[in-house]
Amino acid sequence: MAKKEHVISETKAEKAKNKNLRKEVDIDMNPMVDLAFLLLTFFMLTTTFSRPQAIELVMPAKPQNETETVEQPIKESRALSIYLGDEDKLYWFLGVTDPEVHFTDYTKDGIRKILLENNAEILDVVVVIKPSASSNYQNLVDILDEMAITGIQRYAIVDAAPEDDQLILNFEGA
Amino acid sequence: MLKLKQKGKKQLKLDMNPMTDLAFLLVTFFMLTTTFKAEEPVQVNNPSSTAEIKLPETNIMTITIAEDGRVFFGIDGQYTKERLIDFIDQRYDLSLDAAQKKRFSLISTFGTPVGQLNDFLALSSTERMKLEQPGIPMDSTANELAEWIVYSRMINPNLRVAINGDTETKYPMVKKVISTLVNNKVTRFNLITDKETLLENG
Repeated sequence: MAKKEHVISETKAEKAKNKNLRKEVDIDMNPMVDLAFLLLTFFMLTTTFSRPQAIELVMPAKPQNETETVEQPIKESRALSIYLGDEDKLYWFLGVTDPEVHFTDYTKDGIRKILLENNAEILDVVVVIKPSASSNYQNLVDILDEMAITGIQRYAIVDAAPEDDQLILNFEGA
Repeated sequence: MLKLKQKGKKQLKLDMNPMTDLAFLLVTFFMLTTTFKAEEPVQVNNPSSTAEIKLPETNIMTITIAEDGRVFFGIDGQYTKERLIDFIDQRYDLSLDAAQKKRFSLISTFGTPVGQLNDFLALSSTERMKLEQPGIPMDSTANELAEWIVYSRMINPNLRVAINGDTETKYPMVKKVISTLVNNKVTRFNLITDKETLLENG
């Protein structure tokens, strides 16, 4: 009996010893934290949250028949043409025959004001966007964006014809 | 005396566990949300617009028009690309081997004429990045861009087309791409732009 008690007390002592030992197993967390933050920084910097934005553009389909023309006649009184020139210059005119050309720019008080005014004045205004060969992609996107901002429903992208180029040249020369 | 000193030092130890927990939580979050930007053969500076439409992440064909007018073609989905290169291989008799096809399926964007595709796919990825690609030809006689578009849409009819143009790209090049698309019955497409707020637009 006495022997047994002795054994028990011995295990108690061992337990105490173990407890002491356990305390000493103290893992240094700092390298792990360092690593975690390193990875965190890496992923934070490489991640891209913002997906690119996009403008939706719908172009008229090409006619099946080659002889068929795509051009739909627009009433002259409803046509507002915007000519995208070089070096971010912008010209606009109403109608088709011998129109009065105006110069403007891509700002809020420039083209947007003109578009808003004409949209209110002319019923079912059709904006004809004529990018010249020397205009750039930013110009096209800007104008399409203005269409969205001013809420103009009907617009078309038409290549600038030689007559249009001449018209602008004459205006510049005048 | 010695014991006391030790005790005092021990009490200064900070419990790092909550911080570690937090750090790893964030690491896990960023690891799962991150999508690595694909390597682009050309740097494009998108124009800005106020458009709110977000581009879808999958089923997208990207036509990149660089500042100098070179055109690059990109499509997502490894499987789509594997089938696409099979079609192109047959169409142009390129006799590409399996390794070259595999390589093609891992490329995100390229601007190489079909004639040079065999040599292009023989290069390693680092050599490929260094190479100045000439762009995809769009001549009226051999419009290779049209072929890529037609075959891609055959494989994946749900493809959406995005035009990724540079701010300084001249309009005639954009027009060429757009008319190629329209000629191949793609009349609805997206123009990729950067975000711009309406206020600073003035």
